[in-house]
Amino acid sequence: MKKNLIDFIDISKSYGDNLVLDKFNLTVKENEFVTLLGPSGCGKTTTLRLLGGFETPDEGKILFDGANITDLPANQRKLNTVFQKYSLFPHMTIGENIAFGLKISKKSSSYIKDKIKYALKLVNLDGFENRSVDSLSGGQQQRIAIARAIVNEPKVLLLDEPLGALDLKLRRSMQYELIRLKNELGITFVYVTHDQEEALTMSDQIVVMNQGYIQQIGSPEDIYNEPENAFVADFIGSSNILNGTMIRDCLVSVLGVEIPCVDEGFGNNTPVDVVIRPEDIVITSPENGFMEGDIISNIFKGVHYEIEILANGYTWLIHTTKNADVGAHVGINVDPFDIQIMKKAEHSDEKAVNIDDKI
Amino acid sequence: MTRFKKQFLAGPYLLWIIGFIVIPMLLIVYYAFFSNGSFTLNNVMAITDTVNLKAIILSLKVGITSTLLCLLLSYPLALILRNINIKSQNFIVFLFMLPMWMNFMLRILAWKLLLSKNGIFNSFLVQLNLPKINILNTPQAIIFGMVYDYLPFMLLPIYNSMANIKKDYIEAAQDLGASQIRILFQIILPLTISGIISGVVMVFVPTLTSFAIAELLGGGKVLLIGNVIEHDFIQGMRWDIGSGLSFVLMLFVLVSMILSNAFSNDSKEQKGGNVIL
Repeated sequence: MKKNLIDFIDISKSYGDNLVLDKFNLTVKENEFVTLLGPSGCGKTTTLRLLGGFETPDEGKILFDGANITDLPANQRKLNTVFQKYSLFPHMTIGENIAFGLKISKKSSSYIKDKIKYALKLVNLDGFENRSVDSLSGGQQQRIAIARAIVNEPKVLLLDEPLGALDLKLRRSMQYELIRLKNELGITFVYVTHDQEEALTMSDQIVVMNQGYIQQIGSPEDIYNEPENAFVADFIGSSNILNGTMIRDCLVSVLGVEIPCVDEGFGNNTPVDVVIRPEDIVITSPENGFMEGDIISNIFKGVHYEIEILANGYTWLIHTTKNADVGAHVGINVDPFDIQIMKKAEHSDEKAVNIDDKI
Repeated sequence: MTRFKKQFLAGPYLLWIIGFIVIPMLLIVYYAFFSNGSFTLNNVMAITDTVNLKAIILSLKVGITSTLLCLLLSYPLALILRNINIKSQNFIVFLFMLPMWMNFMLRILAWKLLLSKNGIFNSFLVQLNLPKINILNTPQAIIFGMVYDYLPFMLLPIYNSMANIKKDYIEAAQDLGASQIRILFQIILPLTISGIISGVVMVFVPTLTSFAIAELLGGGKVLLIGNVIEHDFIQGMRWDIGSGLSFVLMLFVLVSMILSNAFSNDSKEQKGGNVIL
């Protein structure tokens, strides 16, 4: 059992009239890669800034390794941040940037020299000590920013959308590099992003946030396969989200058609959200599907085809590796295990409360 | 556009440069080095005369003191401005710029009245049962006037360079464990060096060469090199000596510009340590 490293306890924070976090609770365990995921304005960056010491909460406290650090200034916290815009000091060389934190903690110059070498090796930028900041590309600057943070051997590394400014290919390779770093260094990563793919690729735990509330906490597989509400389902990947009615256990009615499913315990004739992932829908002949309709578009996406089928007044999104002709009349089918049923949330607060209860 | 047309468009500026910069400069050099058609160094060497030497040393003292005072007043102000909200920042900077809307001679004249023996300042002191002070007609009064007049020229470039420092740098330094003092000396100061240098040049050069402020607040009793040159040209009709001294003064300005340029180039490769000004 890993021990708790960071505890947010009933944290509230508002800017003027804008309540960003409301009674926010979160626990981060040692050596975890935790990602705070959500749309902009969901409070994820505020959470990170509270942890880094750049903001103070209006209410609540933050525990670090059991000690209350709520009022501890940023420069005394045993964690380091990699900022969104790298923030390398432009008047220092790469080596001086990396040495900045070490000089403050009064390390010997031979130690600092070794550490710079080691950190540059770790981020695959050997021999960059004497380069100037503006001679580096965005990806290289970001790796230096990571090196500058990790040489201080923090217990936690905070990363605020560090890959946001990079192009897709570079972002991918940096993702793998971050995973490698995390495994090599054995330190806790708290990562903030709005990119769901990034979150799914790197995290041990994903915290999905919206409007200052945690929507769901779980492993990438849990979040993707078992979204707890329509927001999570919609935010993670693309989904077909429909209004439905739970007729009884294991039978749901969607768009006037009754479909068998595997969910129980919602009660009879309860309104629910029904989520079906586009890759879980199978195109068959009209008579074999639970619903029939016409293919209205087909876009080749490389690995798969993205097909839209209009059936019973709803445009279904389907990802399949089998090509199909636009205009064809087809049936669609879903394995009962791939249908996700969720209780309808009455308002956003309730979503959060429900989830908090489960934690 | 043809080459000819482009050159044609540049014509007026060329005339300006020749008429108002090159010819006057050449005239100064001519008068400085030629007396009655023959080459001489006497006019330039006139700087070694006791009066002139005293004047230029005093000018350097006044210029350096005024510049340092402007810097000491502006830098903390710029630091404070950085940390308040942008609306108040704009308002305070506006307040500092406001006097510049009025002619600087008029403002200095006003100070002459305020500081005079029976002026408002002294009657205020009398009201408080304090002794009168006679600051007028001293080098201190001249320095006061210069600081008052040239403070905005120091404040603006420093404030601009300070406002351009991204908050991220400060937070990154805090994150790496830096104290406020370390942030000031290792992050903010090196990143505002260019502003400091612009400010120093913009204050030092006019305070070194100024004569009007010295004339008004010095009451003709304090001679700066600018006053000496003015006397040579206007009252004594000694254009040759005036030109010689002007030439020397230009050399001083040139040297200070070269020094500050060298300094700003240095600061680019600056190693993050303290900067001694």
